Amino acid sequence: MTIRARVTGAFLAAVLSTTAFNGAFAAEDTIKVGILHSLSGTMAISETTLKDAMLMLIEEQNKMGGLLGKKLEAVVVDPASDWPLFAEKARELISVDKVAAVFGCWTSVSRKSVLPVFEELNSILFYPVQYEGEESQRNVFYTGAAPNQQAIPAVDYLMENDEVERWVLAGTDYVYPRTTNKILEAYLISKGVKPEDIMINYTPFGHSDWQTIVSDIKKFGSAGKKTAVVSTINGDANVPFYKELANQGVKAEDIPVVAFSVGEEELAGLDTGPLVGHLAAWNYFQSVDNPANAKFIETWKAFTKNDKRVTNDPMEAHYIGFNMWLKAVEKAGTTDTDAVLDAMIGISVPNLSGGYSTMMPNHHITKPVLIGEIQADGQFETVWETPGLVVGDEWSDYLPDSKDLISDWRAPMSCGNFNVATGKCGGKGS
Amino acid sequence: MYRFIQTLLMALFLIAAATPWVRAEEGLRDLVNALGEAKLSNMDEHIEALAKTGDPKVVPILEALGEGNLYARKVDGQVFLTTGSGSKLALTDPVSGESAGEAPKAGLQKVKVNNSVRRAVRTALGSLTLLSQDRNARLKAAKSVLQSPDADALDAIENALAAEKDAEVRALLEQARATTLLVSDRPVEEKKQAVQTLKEWGGGDALSVLSSALGSADEALKSDIEAALVGLEQTQALWAAGQNVWYGLSLGSVLLLAAIGLAITFGVMGIINMAHGEMVMLGAYTTFLVQEVVRNSFPGLFDWSLAIALPLAFLVTGAVGLAMERGVIRFLYGRPLETLLATWGISLILQQSVRTIFGPTNREVGNPSWMSGAFELGGLTITWNRLWIILFALAAFAALLFLLKKTPMGLQMRAVTQNRRMASSMGIRTPWVDALTFALGSGIAGMAGVALSQIDNVSPNLGQGYIIDSFMVVVFGGVGNLWGTLVGAFSLGILNKFLEPYAGAVLGKILVLVLIILFIQKRPRGLFALKGRAVEA
Repeated sequence: MTIRARVTGAFLAAVLSTTAFNGAFAAEDTIKVGILHSLSGTMAISETTLKDAMLMLIEEQNKMGGLLGKKLEAVVVDPASDWPLFAEKARELISVDKVAAVFGCWTSVSRKSVLPVFEELNSILFYPVQYEGEESQRNVFYTGAAPNQQAIPAVDYLMENDEVERWVLAGTDYVYPRTTNKILEAYLISKGVKPEDIMINYTPFGHSDWQTIVSDIKKFGSAGKKTAVVSTINGDANVPFYKELANQGVKAEDIPVVAFSVGEEELAGLDTGPLVGHLAAWNYFQSVDNPANAKFIETWKAFTKNDKRVTNDPMEAHYIGFNMWLKAVEKAGTTDTDAVLDAMIGISVPNLSGGYSTMMPNHHITKPVLIGEIQADGQFETVWETPGLVVGDEWSDYLPDSKDLISDWRAPMSCGNFNVATGKCGGKGS
Repeated sequence: MYRFIQTLLMALFLIAAATPWVRAEEGLRDLVNALGEAKLSNMDEHIEALAKTGDPKVVPILEALGEGNLYARKVDGQVFLTTGSGSKLALTDPVSGESAGEAPKAGLQKVKVNNSVRRAVRTALGSLTLLSQDRNARLKAAKSVLQSPDADALDAIENALAAEKDAEVRALLEQARATTLLVSDRPVEEKKQAVQTLKEWGGGDALSVLSSALGSADEALKSDIEAALVGLEQTQALWAAGQNVWYGLSLGSVLLLAAIGLAITFGVMGIINMAHGEMVMLGAYTTFLVQEVVRNSFPGLFDWSLAIALPLAFLVTGAVGLAMERGVIRFLYGRPLETLLATWGISLILQQSVRTIFGPTNREVGNPSWMSGAFELGGLTITWNRLWIILFALAAFAALLFLLKKTPMGLQMRAVTQNRRMASSMGIRTPWVDALTFALGSGIAGMAGVALSQIDNVSPNLGQGYIIDSFMVVVFGGVGNLWGTLVGAFSLGILNKFLEPYAGAVLGKILVLVLIILFIQKRPRGLFALKGRAVEA
């Protein structure tokens, strides 16, 4: 027997044994992954896409051999945009289905509602949406943007590039816009913007009559200083808002609107011709040109069997979160919560914007920040991006009661709200 | 030999004559190609350089740049104007204006633009086209110099003003001249005149120009500007109140549209129909489907798509309503609680089936050209889509009123709802009248959906947003009275719009609800209560 034959033989044997091993386990044992996204109710418009994205990621991973020699199995539940139901469904996923990790939630209120469940039952949640910060929890990994990874760079861009001096902060009336606007207001004032040059406006969920507000914005913008609108308007209310902007002739060259909750999905229901030039700040755009993204888009279109489906930022966040989890489980060699929690910190995986994202000790990740302008075809064109990656800052430096707080989940600190002024763990949000 | 020398000399002469021209053309080409390599931050210098050439060929180049239709070829850095979309673009040479074939999009690099580039393009185009032959181009140019006043363009504006004959363009140029004067270093006397011009012009734009000029004005000019501002602000406040009434009417018309179908099913028939909002949604989805077909097969008919969708939406939702009445509701007459639960269940079923068929995301319904944009009426800005919706709501109301009061079918409907047994003994087939009445109410809700698809998003949740408002309007106006619905809708709309500036949109809505609760306490039967025996029936 030549060496070559022996090597081939050994290789074959190895392949055979692993396949046998796989087969034996796949039949009786899978690793379960929970997907907690609303498939009905008001939030279904955004969350259904994320459920599909997760199913695609799991299917792709199974094609590549699964995880730890086992197949992954998705467990999908529908919390129906009902916040208390989120907690119930999370409990069901963890204690009945025994899932290894959960990917889910969109609104902050749904996340807040499931936090105690994850803490009590000690499981892992990956939260993929940009949010207001002011939180860092042991069992949660935040793969969306914190305010310093989206809102603040966007404002900086407008200040430098368009010399904006007057600001309208318009948002839907709930916790994310209110906290973000509080941070932005403090930030703008620290940059020398006068309080009378800031107009703050809140509207109810699903607001559809924007005539008065758009004409107020026009009036506010006609005071001779360059004006911009920072929009944290959420979900369904965006379409009538942009329609009204277009009809009242608010052009991006005169009063640009930069949005934090409007992505490719939301633009799909709009004629974007009159909106060219309005902005959005995200960590990912479908139009980002690199091979990893091209492959992702292609897989997505094939998976949904729809050539017109678009990708968006929260999908990328799940992509990053899922790959991080895979890597951490492989590193830990088990799906045991405590081992994975320890292994997660420092894990680095490629993101779709052409770089690497790393899980930081505060359970937030590093991301590039991109500013894009709306194009006539419903896509964004990147007009600016941060030179490097930005680390997610959970406790804002611009709010008085959170500026002294830091979070570090590594031993020995293991604290989500360590107060550097008093040197104690615990403080706001404990 | 002599002949040869003559030809040679002539050729030389021609080359000599043509060289400067060729050189200018090459210079322009270099400038255009430089755009391909420029960064966003120094793009405005390149645009200025192009505009300085004064060459009329620059105009289409800048226009293409502003619209994002300028691409650089990756292999040689040549910049082309492009048309078309998809994977292949048709190229046009920027200097000669001739077609340069087609190229795959992958081999081209788009010349990036952002808002500041677009502004620079607008300014440059403004001064370039001020003397154009085409009236519309001059009008556009005058508007853009007005929007972005640039002291360097002042001479160009004055030249254009001297040559301009068209009254409308002239008026715009006068305003542009005054606006630009204020930012130039002309003597104070001229500026004072400019302030007067602006004051006479009036409107929000003049206000904004003057208030921005106030900050940097000399002492001598300041008092003039302030005086002008006071006068302007007063007229503006008046117009703002008028504008608010208009917004209120427009919101009222949306409420009327949403509620008018319910005024039949709930108001006339007394069915608590929780699936009413879903009828509106189905109407909106019918519009979406019609537009899809029109877009793919008959793009020329796009402006007619709403007119086509209207009867279809009526038929579709009318049929759904008919099926609902025959299938479920007729077994539940006289049991309001069960009706409420059953129709609510139907609404969830309809929502989720639409979600399954069309997906959970918004669907794009376009505005036809006659419903886009706005026009100015004095100091009012009136958007076309709102105007049409008001007219449509009133027309739908009138048609419904006519149907109920003047046709045999309406007579039967009223007879059945007022005294079922009597109507039945007169030979009216009451079950069918019930079914048709319900179908009519549903069909009208569907037509409302066609109109609402123009201002709201078309998603499975569309109906939910309107159901509460609709009930509010019908109850407030008085159940069973169409006129009550009309007055109720418009008064709620105007009330809402007058509260909004003071209380904000969130609190405004709450206040309206509280006021309605108080009102219902006082007058449980609403604004226009039905009196007499009809009430007891």
